[in-house]
Amino acid sequence: MSEGKVSEGTDRHTELGLKEEDLIEMYRYMLTARFCDERQWALNRMGKAPFVVPVSGHEGAQVGSGWAFERGKDVFCPYYRDLALVLVAGLTPEEVFMGLFGKAADPSSGGRQMPAHWGSRERHIITGSSPIATQVLHGAGIALAKKIKKSDAVVGTWFGEGGTSEGDWHGAMNMAGIHQLPLVFVCENNQYAISVHESKQVAGSVYKRAEGYGMPGVQGDGNDVLESYRLTKEAVDRARAGGGPSLIELRTYRFYSHTSDDDDRTYRSKEEVEEAKKKDPIPAFERYLRSIGVIDDHRIAEIREEIKTIIAEAVKAAEEADFPDPSTAMRNVYADPPQEVT
Amino acid sequence: MAESSNGVTEKNIIQTIHDTLHDEMKRDDRMVILGEDVGARGGVFRATMGFLQEFGPERVIDTPLDECLIAGVSIGLALDDMRPVAEFQFADFIFPGFNQIVQEAARIRYRSNGDFGLPLVMRTPWGGGVHGALYHSQSIEAFFAHVPGLKVVAPSTPEDVKGMLTQAIDDPDPVLFLEHKKTYRLIKGDVPDERYTIPFGKSKVVREGSDLTCVSYGLMHHYCLEAANRLSTDGIEVEVIDLRSIYPLDMDTVLESVGKTNKAMIVYEDNKFLGVGAEVSAQIAEHALFELDGPVVRIGAPHVPAMPYAPTLEHWFLPDPDRIEQEMRKLAEY
Repeated sequence: MSEGKVSEGTDRHTELGLKEEDLIEMYRYMLTARFCDERQWALNRMGKAPFVVPVSGHEGAQVGSGWAFERGKDVFCPYYRDLALVLVAGLTPEEVFMGLFGKAADPSSGGRQMPAHWGSRERHIITGSSPIATQVLHGAGIALAKKIKKSDAVVGTWFGEGGTSEGDWHGAMNMAGIHQLPLVFVCENNQYAISVHESKQVAGSVYKRAEGYGMPGVQGDGNDVLESYRLTKEAVDRARAGGGPSLIELRTYRFYSHTSDDDDRTYRSKEEVEEAKKKDPIPAFERYLRSIGVIDDHRIAEIREEIKTIIAEAVKAAEEADFPDPSTAMRNVYADPPQEVT
Repeated sequence: MAESSNGVTEKNIIQTIHDTLHDEMKRDDRMVILGEDVGARGGVFRATMGFLQEFGPERVIDTPLDECLIAGVSIGLALDDMRPVAEFQFADFIFPGFNQIVQEAARIRYRSNGDFGLPLVMRTPWGGGVHGALYHSQSIEAFFAHVPGLKVVAPSTPEDVKGMLTQAIDDPDPVLFLEHKKTYRLIKGDVPDERYTIPFGKSKVVREGSDLTCVSYGLMHHYCLEAANRLSTDGIEVEVIDLRSIYPLDMDTVLESVGKTNKAMIVYEDNKFLGVGAEVSAQIAEHALFELDGPVVRIGAPHVPAMPYAPTLEHWFLPDPDRIEQEMRKLAEY
C-alpha cells in the first residue's frame, strides 16, 4: 500500500481511464464536501445546527470509490459519514443543508432523521439508519435482486472499520460470497469507532477477512483519491462482469471528532491529528493536478470561490426553508394507514 | 390431497399455507422465498415442499443460518422491487433479526418520508402446546406489535390463513405473519379455491352470544370456541371474537360486542403482562368503562421466561379449554 501522498508528476489518471474533466469534477466534489463540513461545523458551534457528522479527511476515499460507480444504474448503500459520497451520487449542497437543519425539503427524510442519514430513491441512495452496518445487508439483498433480474447493475456499500464488528457485516460478506453477488464492500478505515482504536476493534486486518468469505480483498491509501478510484473500479468492473463481490479497505483519518457531540481530545492526541492532516487528501490531489498541469493556483482559487458561493447560497436557502408541519408527522407510517390507535 | 368441490377444498393450515405460497409464486415472478431449510427440505414444516424443483434456486433460497441475514437481505430484496417472503423457522429464533425488523423494516417508510416502502412478508411458526419448551413455543407478537410500521397478523383458520397470507403478499408494508404451529395439522376447514384477500384490521365474530365477550387469536381462539360451546349447554352464551390481526387492531368490533354483553375477557398464551390482552383491556377501559358490568378478565401466561417442557409444566403454563370455561362461567355469573 502506498502511504501518504499522491505521487506527483506522472500521469496516473489516463491509465485509469479518467479524463481531465473527471479529475476536475472529482476535485470539486472533494472540496464541496470539505466546505460543507467546515460550514456545518461552524453552524453547530454557532448554535444553529444541533448535530453534525463530519466527513473531513474521508473525501479522497469517498469520492474515489464513489466515482467508480455508474450513477443512474448502480446503487449506493452509504453510512452516515458519507457526505462526499452522496454528493457524488447526486445530492446537492442545498439538500445537505436542508437535512442539517431538519427542514421539510430534506430529501432524505423530510426532517425526520438526524442529519447525515442519507437516502434518495431517485439517486439510488438507500435510506440509512443509526444502528451500525445494517445497510450492508440491505446491499446484499439489493445485489441479490440484481442478480436474480440478470441486471448488470452493481451495488456499493460503505462502512467504517467499526462496522466490520457487527454480525450484519459478516452476514452480508457471507451471503455475497456464497452467491457471488455484484456487491462491492468499501471500508473507510479511519482507525477510530468513536473512541475505540482499531487495535481494540479489529482482529487481524479488515481486508484479509475477504479470503474467509471467498472474495478478493485489497487495502489501499484512502487519502489518495486516484488509488481509491483504481481499487474500487477494478472491483466494480469485476462485479459488473459477473465476477462477484470484493472488499476494499481504504485507510484514512477523520479530522474532527466523531460527531459534534463527541470530544476527541479524550482519546487521541492533538499531535496525532496534526500528523494525520499532513496526509489530507485534498492538498495531495491539488498537488497532483498542478503537477500534470490540469490546474494552476489561479484556477484553484476560482474553484474554491465558486464552491464557497454555492454553499453560502445553499445555507441561506436551507435556513429560510420551512420546517415540517407537525400535522404531517403521522404520514408515511404505512402506505395505507390502518385505523389509528387512539 | 383433498378434492375440490363447489369451489372449496378442505385443508389443514399447513397445506393452506403451502398452496397459497405456491399460487402466489406462480402468479408473480418477483416473489422469492428465503429462509433456513426452505429449499431441498421444503421447510421443516413442509410449507415450501417441492418449490425448489418447481421454481429453482434463484427464487427459493436456502439462506445461511443467520436470522439477521434473512431479515436484512429480505429488506434489500424488497427495496429493489422484489416480493420477498421470508421464513423464520421458529418465532423463537427471530430475535437475531430484531434489529433489522424493528429498526429497519418498520422504519424505512417513515424515516424516508415515504420515499421508500417495503413490501415484505415475514412468516414464522409461533405458539406452544407441542412440547416445544422454552425455545420452540414462544409468543412474540407483543414485541413486534409495539412497533409502528409493522403489521402483525395471526389468523387461526385455513380460510383466514389463505386470505390474509395473500393480503400480506399484496401488502406494500412489512407484515409479520404468525402461524400457530399447533394449528398446522390440528385445524382443518374449507378453503375457497379462487384467489381472495382478507383485509387486515378486521376481527371476526365467530360465535354470537349475549352474556360475555371473549377475545382471542391463534390456538386460543379454538380453545375459547370449545369452552363457549360447552357453556352453551348450561345456557351461558359467549360471544367469541377472533382478532385475526393484532396490528392493525380492530377495536370497533370488540367495543360493539362489549356494548352488547357488558362483560369482556381476553385470552392469550403470551405472557399476560403487557401482552395483547393489556392493550385490548386498556382500550375497553378507555372507551367502554361504563358499559361494563364486571371486571375485564385476562387469561394469559404466567410471568416465567417461557413455556417449560415437562407435560405437567406445559399444562400449567398454557391456558386450555377447561380453565377458559371456568373463567368464563365465573365472569358470566359475576
